[in-house]
Amino acid sequence: MKMKYFVLALAWVSTFSLFSQDYFPKNDGVKAENNNYTALTHARIYVSPTQVIEDGTLLIRNGKVVSVGKTVSIPPNTVQIDLEGKYVYPSFIDAYSSFGVEQPKRPSRGGRSAQYDPSREGFYWNDHIMPEADAINAFKYDDKSAKSLREAGFGVVNSHIQDGIARGTGVLIALRAEGNDAERIIDDNSAQYFSFEKSILKEQSYPTSLMGAMALLRQMYNDAAWYQKGMVNTKDRSLEALIENRGMVQIFSAGNAGNVLRADKIGDTFGIQYAILGGGNEFEMIDDIKATNARLIIPLNFPDAYDVSDPFQADYVALKDMRFWNQAPSNPKVLADMGIAFSFTLHELKSPSELKDKLSKAITYGLSETKALEALTTVPASLLGKSDLIGSLQPGRYANFLITSGNVFDKETTLYENWVQGQKHMVNPMDQKDIRGTYDLRVGATAYELSISGEPSKPKAEIKRDTIKIDTKFTYDGDWVTLALTTPEKDIYRMTSRITADQDNLNGRVLLPDGGDTTFTAIKKEGPEAKSTDKKENTPEAPVVMPVKFPNVGYGYAQKKTSEDMLFRNATVWTGEADGILENTDVLVRNGKIARIGKNLSAGSAKVIDASGKHLTAGIIDEHSHIAGLAINEAGQNSSAEVKMTDVVDPTDMDLYRNLAGGVTTVQLLHGSANPIGGRSAILRLKWGESADKLIFENSPKFIKFALGENVKQSNWSSDSRFPQTRMGVEQVFVNYFQRAKEYDALKKSGKPYRYDEEMEVLAEILNGERFISCHSYVQSEINMLIKVAEQFGFRVNTFTHILEGYKVADKMAAHGVGGSTFSDWWAYKFEVNDAIPYNAAIMASQGVTVAINSDDAEMSRRLNQEAGKTIKYGGMSEEEAWKTVTLNPAKLLHIDDRVGSIKEGKEADLVLWNAHPMSVYAKAEKTIIQGVTYFDLEQDKALREEIKKERSQLVKMMIDEKNGGGKMQRPEQRKKERFNCDTL
Amino acid sequence: MKNIRYIAIALMIGFYPNIQGQQTPAPAQTEIISVTGATAHIGDGSVIENCTLIFENGKITALGSGVNPMGRVIDAQGKHIYPGFIAPGKSLGLIEINAVRASDDQDEIGSLIPHVRSLIAYNAESKVVESMRPNGVLLGQVTPQGGRISGTSSIVQFDAWNWEDAAVKVDDGIHLNWPNTFRRGRWWLGESRGYQPNKEYQDQVEEVTSFLKNARVYGNGQGTTVNPAFEASQGLFDGSKRLYVYAQNEKQIVDAITALKEAGVKKVILVGGYHAYRVTDFLKKNDIPVLVNFTHSLPEFDDDDYDFTYKLPKMLVDAGLLVALQNAEASNFQTRNLPFYAGQVVGQGLDKEVALQLISGNTAKILGIDNSYGTLARGKSATFFISDGDALDMRGNQLTHAFIDGREISLETHQTELWKRYMGKYNAD
Repeated sequence: MKMKYFVLALAWVSTFSLFSQDYFPKNDGVKAENNNYTALTHARIYVSPTQVIEDGTLLIRNGKVVSVGKTVSIPPNTVQIDLEGKYVYPSFIDAYSSFGVEQPKRPSRGGRSAQYDPSREGFYWNDHIMPEADAINAFKYDDKSAKSLREAGFGVVNSHIQDGIARGTGVLIALRAEGNDAERIIDDNSAQYFSFEKSILKEQSYPTSLMGAMALLRQMYNDAAWYQKGMVNTKDRSLEALIENRGMVQIFSAGNAGNVLRADKIGDTFGIQYAILGGGNEFEMIDDIKATNARLIIPLNFPDAYDVSDPFQADYVALKDMRFWNQAPSNPKVLADMGIAFSFTLHELKSPSELKDKLSKAITYGLSETKALEALTTVPASLLGKSDLIGSLQPGRYANFLITSGNVFDKETTLYENWVQGQKHMVNPMDQKDIRGTYDLRVGATAYELSISGEPSKPKAEIKRDTIKIDTKFTYDGDWVTLALTTPEKDIYRMTSRITADQDNLNGRVLLPDGGDTTFTAIKKEGPEAKSTDKKENTPEAPVVMPVKFPNVGYGYAQKKTSEDMLFRNATVWTGEADGILENTDVLVRNGKIARIGKNLSAGSAKVIDASGKHLTAGIIDEHSHIAGLAINEAGQNSSAEVKMTDVVDPTDMDLYRNLAGGVTTVQLLHGSANPIGGRSAILRLKWGESADKLIFENSPKFIKFALGENVKQSNWSSDSRFPQTRMGVEQVFVNYFQRAKEYDALKKSGKPYRYDEEMEVLAEILNGERFISCHSYVQSEINMLIKVAEQFGFRVNTFTHILEGYKVADKMAAHGVGGSTFSDWWAYKFEVNDAIPYNAAIMASQGVTVAINSDDAEMSRRLNQEAGKTIKYGGMSEEEAWKTVTLNPAKLLHIDDRVGSIKEGKEADLVLWNAHPMSVYAKAEKTIIQGVTYFDLEQDKALREEIKKERSQLVKMMIDEKNGGGKMQRPEQRKKERFNCDTL
Repeated sequence: MKNIRYIAIALMIGFYPNIQGQQTPAPAQTEIISVTGATAHIGDGSVIENCTLIFENGKITALGSGVNPMGRVIDAQGKHIYPGFIAPGKSLGLIEINAVRASDDQDEIGSLIPHVRSLIAYNAESKVVESMRPNGVLLGQVTPQGGRISGTSSIVQFDAWNWEDAAVKVDDGIHLNWPNTFRRGRWWLGESRGYQPNKEYQDQVEEVTSFLKNARVYGNGQGTTVNPAFEASQGLFDGSKRLYVYAQNEKQIVDAITALKEAGVKKVILVGGYHAYRVTDFLKKNDIPVLVNFTHSLPEFDDDDYDFTYKLPKMLVDAGLLVALQNAEASNFQTRNLPFYAGQVVGQGLDKEVALQLISGNTAKILGIDNSYGTLARGKSATFFISDGDALDMRGNQLTHAFIDGREISLETHQTELWKRYMGKYNAD
């Protein structure tokens, strides 16, 4: 017992006490401060990544840098350490760590019904908003993790509780082993953290979606502003914490490039510039990333190659995933080339020991060593606002540095020591002699060849007799080598030798198989130098990186498509206007618009397209689509007007391209039907290759999805805790929300102070005729009900979508002035579609309702031309009227018919060239054009198929090479995207 | 213009006074009927222009361009006649409303249950079945779903009082879902959600082959106890029952066919066959017909051609295989779109008459009902329909008459009745 305390006390005394804690009483001895200096001399010192001193001296005292330079005056009370030939770097910093902070684990849960209400009292209404969570309260220094971090080169990490949407504050920790938290904690309010991920500990249902998380963050900031003004007379510890934490660095855990943009957009709205955790795919949308001006924290979890040696299994790996394996290591280089400030994090790596390999990979892929070092030192320091303390070795900074045998990024380099706050931590013995080389070993009368290779501090040995390999056990620890060899005759010889500085040969004692002992000698023939120069010559060639495509998936284009003037010659033109169908007619497209329609038009500089025997129509518009959405339903509440589908557009969805191939140019990406009041819609143009924001229809009319029936009352899944459970309740939801919106709007217009409520803002827009409803609907009673609710509040329902029993109330619809957007022939999948009939479109049209045919389905949407043809079969619509159900009529319903939907001079050139009658089952779209840009072309499609084949086989070969070269593999996987329809939760 | 059309519809309504829930099955043919002047699409790849088709007692007695009409004459000048289309692999009549569990009789508990028979659960009065007929789909293979061996199907015609008189071929085949080489990640166990190699594939295959081995030797034995599953499988080994094996990728297909042949199964039919185009020689050598996936489905893999599903049937036909279309993975109500699935392949360059075979003549051959159904020929069942236009195209598929075994069936449905009821309401207003 006593002995142990004695040792501890010794350890205590031997440390440099950084903060002397001079007001602490001391009862186990007398006070004894060590105020000596330490000088590290003759080293190559990286004061910062860009300031290198050859043969320099670093002088430190009490845990901080006193001075650094070529000539430094060394006080008499200085311990000197000669680092001749060695390198000194500032130690690394991880701004996104979970070190020492216990991370929540997902509790196992039974199949309980969803919880809609918060579980806390005195906090924000949503359990996933926890700015009051402070990492410091969950912090406990963990020396095992600290050691592995130090061994990877880290001196300081910024840690937090990685759970929830608003996550509270971080804690900045120095990873010193000796001493206590009073010294380690550099800042216990180092940053405030956010994410889009719900807490795994909390069960409150809202938000169930990415767009819901975004809306929640926006509302949180708005509520905080209201609270700060003193307008709330109840206690909200969450908002108070949020307000208090405002001055700190704000870090957003986005996790992928698209979410980096999303996070930044939220920040922009509230004047906050987050530092953002990326996901490693930033290179795919680098211009947009650059435009955020955000400093990034970038993980290095480059994917392993897929094991594609089994061709059957290789089928399942998509080109985009193969390509990502190939391109991901170039992400840091691309970021650096764009001048984006980024730091590296260990986040997403399985162990800190992976860092070295990943860094070396990034460097092989073109990242400069200076940028790599910055990403580990100065950038994280400045990102955390702590450049005056960490990240460099300027005087006054913490003495946090690494001593290495050479360039820190070289594979062969050994990290000897990691000093934190002036405290030395040995990683590998510095004075250990490099014994690598080949030796003539003689044991008794037998001659062997001994070769020692590998890392100098952890070498491996191999022994041969003639050419036969001998089973060998070898250790090199401290100054001692031990060697045990087992001959083919099963004789065991055990040898020990002490390494001395002045002697290159190994001499020692050997224990013989018979129990006797004698001496042995191993004469060194040559050192390791020869080998290492060999390696230098074999520096790997620069890796082949596949070019980024737009979008960066199969069928992506090498360049973004641009608009061109074109003349369609001799087409059968379906104008969709009073002119009807014009035979042998020319259409001239100029500057993205339909310039002229007529006969024998002069092309001018426009490209002439021979359209004889072909049909030219307006592009198809799908009023009800769920393609290109990263999420569809915010199902956490019975109203989610605050969410926006424009927040979650995925421009890489392959269904965009497939829709284009079916002649579709515009879709309305609708929220799902999980709740009576859904989210705001996104009207998208299928501009394949453009970024998410560019897909959004310019100056889109404002829409919102509503829903009725089985989905909103949750009939078909086991949930019975959310209002409404009946159609009766659905009416009450609407009436209540509209009444509240009316009161909200009145208050707002009165000029009195009001709490900004995004949901109410949106509903007020409906009341004011500024936003249109597209309502998912099935049976006649509920259709009639919503019409009446709208009339009660003085607005018009714009569109009933699905509207399967619209034919039963077509007269009422016409009288109200609401359009109908329906399936051609779907039914029988739910109880409420029992009376759905394919004649619905024709009947509604006959009563003067504007009728569209929609898809709600990624497969059907690419054949909407055929679905329009079904209105001829079922109910006998005329061909021209039938065609309008997928072009002009949906354009009218979306209030974009002044721009698209028909072929008319002055309208935008959204066109499809068909090889046959457009509603024939035999027709193929040959070209699909949006604003004069050809986004799909049958000929180009053929070329893309060939390219895909070629690129796949190239990548397969590279991955098999990787496997043969001993690279790490992952099993093949098909990352199938989930296809959405209304019901998808 | 509009008004005239709706007046015409209103007039039409007058001709159908019989508006009720379910159409009454047609009585047996009592008089000789001749259809004249039609373009007859035979279903074997050939066409007869200006064709007269005569049928009596439910059978076709004469067919050709120079045939003199007899009995009641239906003038089909400018119209088209087609053999009734056949829908394989569907649970039509076994489930009415997908979301209503009480209406679901398509999937029994158990993994290897060939003894479970669809026919006795077939609802001859299903509104979904009824809706097949106005599009020309007149026959179907009623098939249990799910599990490894789902059960035994039967083939029915779609105008019947009950399952007994619906039956065309009882217990025609057993349906086997071959194990998947890939499976979805069990994300609730922390695996990623994507599809990964199925580690249990070999074991699952072994389970199937071992079952078949046992079933076969069971047939040789003199055991006194009956094993219902083995008993129900006996027809596989003498060829009286077909084995429909559902497999999509190359490895599955080759493994399945090889294993089933080795197990002594006489008649094997591949259902699905997404990657069958890669092994056409193998399939030909083993004489395996394919009930290929329907065309109105999305490509399985991101890098596939956008029109892969459209053209797959053509690729197999071009390779010389016996091919027909099924839409096992679609909802039952979609089956009325069978003609349009075939039409879709024409857009890929397949001859129209060959495309027609995919849902008529070829289907009948594959299902083993080609002695009576699938093509128009003397001596075969008078199961066909008359369409105003091209029945494989949405705009042309307008039936004026349809016959099953010579019985003139109603083309009305729950849906046409609602159409007429509400048009009547509006026209009266």
